[in-house]
Amino acid sequence: MTLTPAELTSAVSGGIGTSPQRPDGNLKVRGEFAYASDLWHEDMIWGATLRSPHPYARITSVDITEALKVPGVYAVLTADDVPGRNLYGLEHKDQPVLAVDVVRYQGEPIALVGADHPETALRAMKKIVVTYEVLEPVVDMETAVDDTPLHPGGNLVRHVPIRRGSQDVTAEVVVTGRYEVGMQDQAFLGPESGLAVPASDGSVDLYIATQWLHVDRDQIAAALGLPQEQVRLTLSGVGGAFGGREDLSMQVHACLLALHTGKPVKMVYNREESFYGHVHRHPAVLYYEHGADHTGKLVYVRTRMYLDGGAYASSTPAVVANAATLGVGPYEVDNVTVDAYGVYTNNPPCGAMRGFGAVQAGFAYESQMDKLAEALGMSPVDVRVRNAMTEGSVMPTGQVVDSAAPVAQLLKLVQDKPLPAGTSSDIRELPGGVSNTTHGEGVVRRVGYAVGIKNICFSEGYDDYSTARVRVSMVNGSLSAAVHTAACEVGQGLVTIMQQIVRTELGIERVTVLPMDTTIGNGGSTSASRQTYVTGGAVKAACALVRDKLAGRTDIGDEVIDETTEWRHRATEAIDPVTGQGNAHVQYGFAAHRAVVDVDVDLGLVRVVALDCAQDVGKALNPQAVVGQIQGGSAQGLGLAVMEEIQTSGGKVRNPSFTDYLIPTVLDMPPMSIDVLELADPHAPYGIRGVGEPPTISSTPAIVAAIRAATGLALTRVPVRPEHLTGT
Amino acid sequence: MRVNVTVNGEQRQADDVWEGESLLFMLRERLGLPGSKNACEQGECGSCTVYLDNVPVCACLVAAGQAQDRSVRTVEGLAEGDQLDPVQEAFVEAGAVQCGFCTPGLVVQAHDLLDRVPNPSDPEIREALAGNLCRCTGYEKILDAVRLAASRR
Repeated sequence: MTLTPAELTSAVSGGIGTSPQRPDGNLKVRGEFAYASDLWHEDMIWGATLRSPHPYARITSVDITEALKVPGVYAVLTADDVPGRNLYGLEHKDQPVLAVDVVRYQGEPIALVGADHPETALRAMKKIVVTYEVLEPVVDMETAVDDTPLHPGGNLVRHVPIRRGSQDVTAEVVVTGRYEVGMQDQAFLGPESGLAVPASDGSVDLYIATQWLHVDRDQIAAALGLPQEQVRLTLSGVGGAFGGREDLSMQVHACLLALHTGKPVKMVYNREESFYGHVHRHPAVLYYEHGADHTGKLVYVRTRMYLDGGAYASSTPAVVANAATLGVGPYEVDNVTVDAYGVYTNNPPCGAMRGFGAVQAGFAYESQMDKLAEALGMSPVDVRVRNAMTEGSVMPTGQVVDSAAPVAQLLKLVQDKPLPAGTSSDIRELPGGVSNTTHGEGVVRRVGYAVGIKNICFSEGYDDYSTARVRVSMVNGSLSAAVHTAACEVGQGLVTIMQQIVRTELGIERVTVLPMDTTIGNGGSTSASRQTYVTGGAVKAACALVRDKLAGRTDIGDEVIDETTEWRHRATEAIDPVTGQGNAHVQYGFAAHRAVVDVDVDLGLVRVVALDCAQDVGKALNPQAVVGQIQGGSAQGLGLAVMEEIQTSGGKVRNPSFTDYLIPTVLDMPPMSIDVLELADPHAPYGIRGVGEPPTISSTPAIVAAIRAATGLALTRVPVRPEHLTGT
Repeated sequence: MRVNVTVNGEQRQADDVWEGESLLFMLRERLGLPGSKNACEQGECGSCTVYLDNVPVCACLVAAGQAQDRSVRTVEGLAEGDQLDPVQEAFVEAGAVQCGFCTPGLVVQAHDLLDRVPNPSDPEIREALAGNLCRCTGYEKILDAVRLAASRR
């Protein structure tokens, strides 16, 4: 029986500020780390999901008779078999566990099969007969609000307005633009997977790859009609997340099948199903107008932006708030007008992905800053430095930035980095690579800059906390500690950080990380770059309680010190629904990029030659992991800049595979030199500032700026494709 | 059908294998070796890379029956007891492992590269690893790991 990652004990020493090896590292390189798709149980059966082929249709009948007759099939379930609330969702409970009467996106789950082999389940699924009345899908985010209502309250999920300063001030220099951001996928490598094990008392254990155990549990329990204590979750190995595991995928489905059949049920999506099985980054259309005086000082920014939430709300309300409140970027602007709209359509549901609202706005406002620089005859760096926010600056929400905001410094750091050597004569280092499309002719090299801002932790008054338990006892004559939370390790290295914090706080070298599960209180979501901040803060606080009881002893005999505590960051406020004013965010993170890009202007092929980044992280608790986050985030930004998009046509996904949805390979990624600033935030544990998201914001516009400079084209849409450069 | 195959030096047998099953499925679900990963199951990501008669292949693209009477070496077969292979050791040390889902495939692919080319240049490393997707690291620390492993072998 393989159920969950073992307790992680690492003999490697190292407190905060050092880079000890990950406690799960050896298991991972040996192939022995138990990911959710590796789980196995005696007598387990396999679950499969029948999904809608239509983006919008009325279901007129579902007939499971023939499917049930397939030998090896244990159960075929539809919406009628959902015993509890057949609706879930992170912010609005608007998404059915299994469709009732209507499907609102291609890939929406309609029925489940449990069978003795995955192939049996697939064959049975094909025998389920669903009849549809196909409806005209709503696919245009800009007109969706006035189109066919897809939900009882209409198609507007949320409108966030911001009004600051004068709304009709004029300026000497004005630049306007319309920008588009395509639908990006998290493309985590470990597919959605889990194993549900029913218990004889009608309760269920779910071993699962997720980003937030407790919110999963609450939604599952409601759908199953069970009290929360009868749904127990344990985190399995998670193969990346990036926001795509914040929403439920197969969690309720596997539990339903397990409770119906009385057998353990494993569900593993394949890659195509994964594209249908999780939310994506909101595509966006953004209109901007920037006004500045002749010195380049911004006078006003006005923007109207649309974010396509697709068929269900997911985290659209928070994404819209981020896009709005961070919509002018890391710049001082006295007069701001923002209207951000998140809407329902029949496109794939969109929700959380690294950067979450700030990425879409970032591409647009940084494109505008370049346009402004050109209009003023200034350099792109100078116009940004001229307007750069600093500590004490006021956000469009009226919130005063009350810790370091080294925007100008970050830009100067990347500007001062050495440039790579000139265009190579090795075809492997030219656009097109070994396709042998050029030996340097037609290749133009240019540089682009960008800087971005991201809120860290949950915002708008959310009670954002984490729970940590630290237990200390004697093992082989020495003090030994165990740390227990429900905060999800998804690859970022929280397990290492927690060990480091315990070593620093208690001076105990041997620290075991217990499996993450719902037997302890909420750890909050692994998102918003918040786990080191919030769960790190909780572990630190629990250590302080333990330290009081230890009272300096190094031998506590048979005593066990076991302390659990909740820790919260300082409170935030809701923003005013009319003016958008309020202290919405806990902390801001900043990163700047310089991209050096070779463009084969004849063929439209792009090769990013260097992608250097400077970021303030407050305090690098684990410098190696910090750099790893910045490089990984930069890579996802490169993907959005030049290749990554879920392409839809009439609401249908055209490229649900790694053959057609491209993510950067090692051939696409350039060397990345990273400068890490450590300007402590006095409000945060150890002064840290969330790391994961800021680099994903500035990477994309820096690359596109370089391509624009090389081609002279306006390039208002990402990803930039070869045909956008050649006009073919 | 029944498949007889040598896996990591041991003679193994799998029964009731469906003809459409991949070598990857047989390894993971029938032989208790889930180290080779199932990220795309269509030959695009390299996470299931194993040696088949000493040649790296995507196990998802090989039918289980094709492994009959052949020799397979998976990521689980690289370490000698507690002693990690230098490539494995370097991946952990260099910070090349985050979520780790790509790691088994990359470790096998890098192991093969260093067997063939003991001191590869950066373009050679990139070319050798071009079929292995990683979503977490941006590849910089994976390159560091391969360079480190090369320096130690």
